[in-house]
Amino acid sequence: MAEGDIEFVERIAEGVLRGDVRSIARAISIVENEPRLAPLLISKIFPYTGRAHIVGVTGPPGSGKSSLIAKLAKIWRKDGKKIGIIAVDPTSPFTGGALLGDRIRMQELTGDKDVYIRSMASRGSLDGLSRATRDAIKILDAAGKDIIIVETVGAGQAEVGIVKVAHTVLVVLCPGLGDEIQFLKAGIMEIGDIFVVNKADIGDADRVVLEIENILEMASEFLPQKPAWAPLVIKTSVITNEGIEKLVRSIEEHYAYIRGTSEGEFVRDKIIEELVDIIGENVREYARHLITKDSMCNEILERVLKKDIDPYTAARKILAEMLKRREF
Amino acid sequence: MGEEKKEERKIRVLIAKPGLNGHDRGAKVVARGLRDAGMEVIYTGLRQTPEQIVETAIQEDVDVVGLSILSGAHMTLLPKVVQLLRERGADDVLVIAGGIIPTEDIPKLKEAGIAEVFLPGAPISKIVEFIKKNVRKRR
Repeated sequence: MAEGDIEFVERIAEGVLRGDVRSIARAISIVENEPRLAPLLISKIFPYTGRAHIVGVTGPPGSGKSSLIAKLAKIWRKDGKKIGIIAVDPTSPFTGGALLGDRIRMQELTGDKDVYIRSMASRGSLDGLSRATRDAIKILDAAGKDIIIVETVGAGQAEVGIVKVAHTVLVVLCPGLGDEIQFLKAGIMEIGDIFVVNKADIGDADRVVLEIENILEMASEFLPQKPAWAPLVIKTSVITNEGIEKLVRSIEEHYAYIRGTSEGEFVRDKIIEELVDIIGENVREYARHLITKDSMCNEILERVLKKDIDPYTAARKILAEMLKRREF
Repeated sequence: MGEEKKEERKIRVLIAKPGLNGHDRGAKVVARGLRDAGMEVIYTGLRQTPEQIVETAIQEDVDVVGLSILSGAHMTLLPKVVQLLRERGADDVLVIAGGIIPTEDIPKLKEAGIAEVFLPGAPISKIVEFIKKNVRKRR
């Protein structure tokens, strides 16, 4: 790494710790675009992380996540809390481009110096959260944000990566999404600490609340012991403000509960996941490098292509080669 | 092996509508076109003040700000955006504009720091090409 790079990253890290907006913005660009510099940046700020309450917001597209987040942020601002918001929208798998539109619903927050909003493109991550997103959370945490709200891409059923990073997970649903069977399926119905039935001003929200409560009750019957935190179901409307205040206080209650019980375990699990991810990424990169660039490993590839050996055997050989060279 | 990783930087563009008119079809078409050209486009909706636009540009760390304006207030609002960006130290952001703008105003806008003005009928490909050619390598 060049001298200039190190100096640049150090300057950005100092700015982040001061809470400087431009430095925070640049730092997030670094973790998104410069894998060469990101580790140094994270090493500078990591000691100052771990203080923020991280709230994940997930749910299907159009259920009102962004508008709801704007409401929550407004209330927390009145309480004097500093807010960071990361809003993830999908990257086109065809062009690599993205249209990031979550800010449209958060316009009223722009101009408040203690609210930082960043739109991020998913860039091919499958579980709705990329490693850059996790690093962006660290940056906002180190910058002194009290609450960091992470809005996932509109999630269907399998995008449950948010549980790995958030203390509190909100699943935002609304009337008209389908019948009870949809809620019985696996996936996001299993990860909510709080289920929000949004758009209570339209449609039959009460029925949806009832259906979710039924499903949750059924689910808890199969557990060996009753969990100390039973998921809540809260009806909200961003038009009438119904339930918003109650939701805010429930989120705070959940955080207090986590801190009083399993926060240590949560942090531990989170770090384990992260280490496995980082190691996996490095190993994958190195494997790709060897297979495509190294003559010996390339030969193994050729043998697979000729059906001389099978992929499992080939992978074992390459892995052995990687461990022998210890270059990663 | 750090060198092996691709330093892939996506061009980030903020498309904003300063001022009071409520027609954003043009802005949406451009946003969509830039997305299809592989860029990450942030769209913030209608009726933004220059202050809001600049704050958003800084928070989102964009390379380009595209301003769409049809209201006739371009001579006040567009230079204001450039000036505020400069004040915040973000003078490396490329600012372009599009909309209903009389051709005689264009030289004055360019003098004020608007890099290019695209009038109705300008093909998206021209806008893409201009951005790719003029976006600054930033640090």
